[in-house]
Amino acid sequence: MVDLWDGLTQAFWLVFTLDAELAEIAIRSLYVTLTALVIASVIAFPLAAFLAVRRFRYRRVIIAVLNALMGLPPVVVGLIVYVLLSRSGPLGVLGLLFTPTAMIVAQVVIIVPLIASIAHQSLRDLWQEYHDLLISMNVTQMQKMRTLIWDARRALLTATLAGFGRGIGEVGAIMIVGGNIDNVTRVLTTAIALETGKGAFGLALALGFVLIALTIAVNLMIHWLSQTEREGRW
Amino acid sequence: MTALFPLIVSGAETHRRGKVLVGPVDLQLGGEGATVIIGPNGSGKTTLLSLLHGTARLHAGTITWQQPADVARAAQSFVFQRPVMLRRSVLENVAYPLLMRGVRRTKALAVAQEWVARVGLGQMPERAASLLSGGEQQKLALARAFIIEPQVVFLDEPCAALDGRSTREIEAILQDQKAHGTRLILSTHDIGQARRLADDVVFMRGGLVHETAPAAQFFDAPHTDAARAFLNGDIVE
Amino acid sequence: MKHLLCTLAIIWAGAVQAQDSMRLAVTTSFHNSGLADILLPEIQADLGLEVQLLVVGTGQALRLGEAGDVDAILVHSRAAEEAFVAAAYATHRREIMYNDFVFIGPADDTAGIAGVPDATTGLQRIAAATVPFVSRGDDSGTHKKELTLWADAGLDVTGFGGWYRAVGAGMGAALNTASGMNAYIMSDRASWLNFGNKGDLVLLFAGDPVLFNQYAYLPVNPAVHDHVKADQAAMLEDWLTSERAASLINNYTINGETLFVFNAEPDNR
Repeated sequence: MVDLWDGLTQAFWLVFTLDAELAEIAIRSLYVTLTALVIASVIAFPLAAFLAVRRFRYRRVIIAVLNALMGLPPVVVGLIVYVLLSRSGPLGVLGLLFTPTAMIVAQVVIIVPLIASIAHQSLRDLWQEYHDLLISMNVTQMQKMRTLIWDARRALLTATLAGFGRGIGEVGAIMIVGGNIDNVTRVLTTAIALETGKGAFGLALALGFVLIALTIAVNLMIHWLSQTEREGRW
Repeated sequence: MTALFPLIVSGAETHRRGKVLVGPVDLQLGGEGATVIIGPNGSGKTTLLSLLHGTARLHAGTITWQQPADVARAAQSFVFQRPVMLRRSVLENVAYPLLMRGVRRTKALAVAQEWVARVGLGQMPERAASLLSGGEQQKLALARAFIIEPQVVFLDEPCAALDGRSTREIEAILQDQKAHGTRLILSTHDIGQARRLADDVVFMRGGLVHETAPAAQFFDAPHTDAARAFLNGDIVE
Repeated sequence: MKHLLCTLAIIWAGAVQAQDSMRLAVTTSFHNSGLADILLPEIQADLGLEVQLLVVGTGQALRLGEAGDVDAILVHSRAAEEAFVAAAYATHRREIMYNDFVFIGPADDTAGIAGVPDATTGLQRIAAATVPFVSRGDDSGTHKKELTLWADAGLDVTGFGGWYRAVGAGMGAALNTASGMNAYIMSDRASWLNFGNKGDLVLLFAGDPVLFNQYAYLPVNPAVHDHVKADQAAMLEDWLTSERAASLINNYTINGETLFVFNAEPDNR
């Protein structure tokens, strides 16, 4: 209990004094996860829309695999990305290992199945509604996908926020591919792991509270910007 | 303007799970006025409309327009019994077909505005379409169907779920469009509506076309017993 | 907003690594001592070199060196190091300093190791008393040392009962577990002194020469990975074996206790 209280007071102090180190790792956390989020959405939304409107032989299998990949342990993704990006690996020449870019890559791999699965379910439900109309209007495949994505944007936003939550709290993969290097690849979650390992629970909790507050703030801001929960607006 | 017609249907059939749903159907439809398909529930009216429009699969026979298939498709619209609303405003719903055809947004919205007014929804262009009443939604669907200036519009029991006032307003719009030269092919189980709108009648029963005739002839002196019974108000299977 | 963009730009630039830098893999035991926080700024000031530390277990450090993902490693596991050099992954090993391991346990010391004459006797007492004992269990330098000591005491770890808990974690995490369980544990002195969650645990035994823990620096072989920053690695090695480093290391204390003893030989390749 003392630790929790200690953590809270430390958290307030760090934020109140605008601690420079805290600011640096917090901004890096946001940079890595938000970049990964944008890239993942650009991949996941069209994929989900495609799976919703096209009927082809292995569609059910692909959807099942996509759903299953949501449960992929992030640390396994980290290991695989590490092996690929390692100097001894196939993509080693890119020199991406132990940089924020590697962390972004790992997070994109982790987040895409999550966003795609949730988005796909919403788009599929919407497609049930729109199916007769759009087929009758002889709309092209691309137009179908774009119409679905636009009209389902609120649900897609939820999918995105789920991805954000997964990414900002992730520690296993980015620890491996980022290396938790001070001033280069250290983010909130890896810093928490480090402090916990040192037994400095107060500071670890403080960073944890900051992380939670940051996540809530980002969610609130996105909701405010997209004006959800307003009457009669889609 | 009538380049699509005559529409020649020969031996057309559609199946479901190996059983014949509708057909074989032989029909010839000319390019003028309104054809009303009537018959008891379950006789296959909706399926026939879908077949003619091209959204139901043709398992046997032919359906031939006088133009290539893609040209024909682009000149048609379909109005469903229960209208499908896009999750957008009234105006955007009506403008949607134009936008899909590449019309510039400002122009599409302007044309849509005219149509919205014409069908009597001029007071609410920005409202979310899903919040409209049944009658209002169907009027929106009509505007959306007519905005592309199709040569033929299919309508599947357009007033089935509507009250008298909405039905009257919608029939007025249909009469107006018919007068402008748009070919209407619609189904209904309301004999009164058929009388009001039809120039010729197709009577269906059990998945087959039982009788076809010009309207006046059909209503005064139907040839078949089933048609006579149906017009009488008896239950026909 | 502009401030935010500026900071983002700085971080991005940092990610592109414009300045002279190299990557050094070190063990968690070394990092926990806090010595790095003293040395790194001095290295930056003296050499203009930014040393990026990857804090991992000994096994992972060796793997990173083998793969060429780091430019040098600093570990404390002599046998593994010699094998590493023999396999030509490093050009040589250079001893830098040593610290020592200590035995930690609950204050009431039910196994009675506080006054034993040497380390092996202490371990025998622990095994006899079957009190809870936490092992690193992660194939690290510390873990390997622990296993060697059990063998020297004539005991076979595979035959131990449930009192012997192998946690498969770093030093800090293992200490946390020991603290939570009120168990005995072997730790390096630096990690123990810097550990923030001691609970009821105290230092019970130290000083046996067999507990000395030698740290060595191994530069990754540029013949195997030609992209490694061999010049910077050599520069760092020279600095780490210099008088300057000697004084910083020997004078580094936690709570008045020195931790490391500098023992690098000049030009000992």
